[in-house]
Amino acid sequence: MNLHEYQARELLRKAGIPVPPGDVASTPAEVREIAEKLGGKVVVKAQVHAGGRGKAGGVKLAATAQEAESVAKKILGMQIKGLTVHKVLVAPAADIASEAYVGVIVDRATHSATFMVSPAGGIDIEEVAAKTPEKIFRQRVDSRYGLLAHQALALAFKLYPDVIKARQAAEILQKLYLAFLNAGASLAEINPLVVTPAGQVLALDAKIVVDDNELERRPDIAAMRDETAEDPAEVQARNANLTYIKLEGNVGCIVNGAGLAMATMDLVKYYGGEPANFLDIGGSSNPQKVVDALKIITSDPNVKAILFNIFGGITRCDDVANGIVTATKQFTVKVPIVIRLTGTNEEKALEILKGVGMPALTDMDEAVKQAVAAVKGGKAA
Amino acid sequence: MSVFIDNSTRLVIQGITGRDGSFHAKAMIAYGTKVVAGVTPGKGGQTFEGTVPIFNTVADAVAQAGANTSVIYVPAKFAADAVFEAADAGVKLIVCITEGVPVLDMTRVFPYVKERGARLIGPNCPGLITPGQCKVGIIPGQICTPGPVGLVSRSGTLTYEVVYQLTRAKIGQTTCVGIGGDPIIGTNFIDCLAAFESDPATKAVVMMGEIGGTDEQQAAEFVQKHMKKPVVGFIAGQTAPPGRRMGHAGAIISGSAGTAAEKMAAFAAAGIAVMKRPADVVGLVRERL
Repeated sequence: MNLHEYQARELLRKAGIPVPPGDVASTPAEVREIAEKLGGKVVVKAQVHAGGRGKAGGVKLAATAQEAESVAKKILGMQIKGLTVHKVLVAPAADIASEAYVGVIVDRATHSATFMVSPAGGIDIEEVAAKTPEKIFRQRVDSRYGLLAHQALALAFKLYPDVIKARQAAEILQKLYLAFLNAGASLAEINPLVVTPAGQVLALDAKIVVDDNELERRPDIAAMRDETAEDPAEVQARNANLTYIKLEGNVGCIVNGAGLAMATMDLVKYYGGEPANFLDIGGSSNPQKVVDALKIITSDPNVKAILFNIFGGITRCDDVANGIVTATKQFTVKVPIVIRLTGTNEEKALEILKGVGMPALTDMDEAVKQAVAAVKGGKAA
Repeated sequence: MSVFIDNSTRLVIQGITGRDGSFHAKAMIAYGTKVVAGVTPGKGGQTFEGTVPIFNTVADAVAQAGANTSVIYVPAKFAADAVFEAADAGVKLIVCITEGVPVLDMTRVFPYVKERGARLIGPNCPGLITPGQCKVGIIPGQICTPGPVGLVSRSGTLTYEVVYQLTRAKIGQTTCVGIGGDPIIGTNFIDCLAAFESDPATKAVVMMGEIGGTDEQQAAEFVQKHMKKPVVGFIAGQTAPPGRRMGHAGAIISGSAGTAAEKMAAFAAAGIAVMKRPADVVGLVRERL
């Protein structure tokens, strides 16, 4: 789960990291109020889960509170990469002497949390990593001891040769590690970490990505989820315990298991079609999940055929068949459906589908070919 | 012959009285796995299905029933502790089926298990099966058959698909291992490839990878340097968009790293026969046996 910048800043502030003032607003009038309170020049930043906000026109400077209100009118409601901006962060326009990057991620190769810092902050760190990897410094964290003081200081010296600034940055790094742990994050970064002309080290922008598997035991973090900032179909799917990712194609895919779901999408492409989505109905699928999945897929106007690919292990094929029958009784599916079922209770499932006049296949390649042909020909082959 | 599990496996099931644990306990017993114990705290002294003794702790299951392997079906929030407990009890092979284990828990579990000399498989995996001898986990027994192919995979149902295609073509398996789809897992491709390379019964290996991370690239390097046996590989997620988690927590392309194209190229460069689609497995394996 992605947190908004304003939420990430709040978590850092709670962890004792110096963060400039500022507040979140959802109307231009609120923006004006906050800007008046802050005084002076402000920056108004769109709060959306998409990179490249600045380039898209979602980050604007304003010299006065009145100007802040008028730029907010433009930013609120605008679309950035298909997502509508509902909230903006209003903060003082910082007077910056230097910009650095600090972040901590879970590194799969070393099985541990790893810090990355770079004096070349402010921009896309992946670009820095690709073009000038020598400007990135790493420190692996032993989960038993956390980020040790000397490790933090050694990293900080890579950013600031001056010991007074380095000590401030080292303290921020150790606090960032605690914020990362307490949020159940898979990534926590400050970009940029800045030095003010007065010599104070501050976290100007923050990003935190929370491990979805942590949400159950961290209700305070789970409550930060902003469903208005997500794709409505994906929200609907998550609430139905399905994993759904919308793509650009027209063959709707309903599959059990993530690996098979990806392989099914790939096979659609292999046979000349384009998958409309990734959708995993998961392990022990009850019929209701299948109904929910069909609702989500049919709400995508691009979908011209629906392909079921079920390999019954824990998932029982008859459950899926019952779900398909229930769904088609509840609402009309206007596009052709191609069904492939094999494994646990396959015979029962084929019987159920035969009862309502729906043919079903047992071979994956054959099913995918038919679904692709159905899109091209307008009906199932 | 086989890898990791066989006739000598003596299994304890952690969470044997839960919904998933009890369902799969029955399936494993029916398959012929020697299930010697179950663990559910508070139910020590009872029996499961009238035959399998239940203990309060894994240590008791090891001391009194001689368990040497454990399989874990407890809910995600208890899974890390279940692994710690099995490792502390001296269990040398721990298979964690549970999905949804927080990755920060795994940063603590991984070194803990290593330091105690145990092997962890998973989490978020279907387990493993040595056809005709023993199954630990949830892989459906009826789709497998004994034979010369070793199989290792990051996914569940995709593994079933490929195993099923092999079995239908009368190509059997030594052992099939599902290593799991999470970012941090106890046993990786290289561990399994090394085991298959030294197993005399395994004549060819099938490796099913997916997008995200660099495990497949490292595995390809290992194959090139250290393996004499032929390897056939597949990568799922050629059509996956970057930056999105494709169901498995570990299946994500970060920036431009971890793509299917990059992994397939690494496979090809290492002399691994690359499947374009799951059905290719039969032909490619047959040519190499």
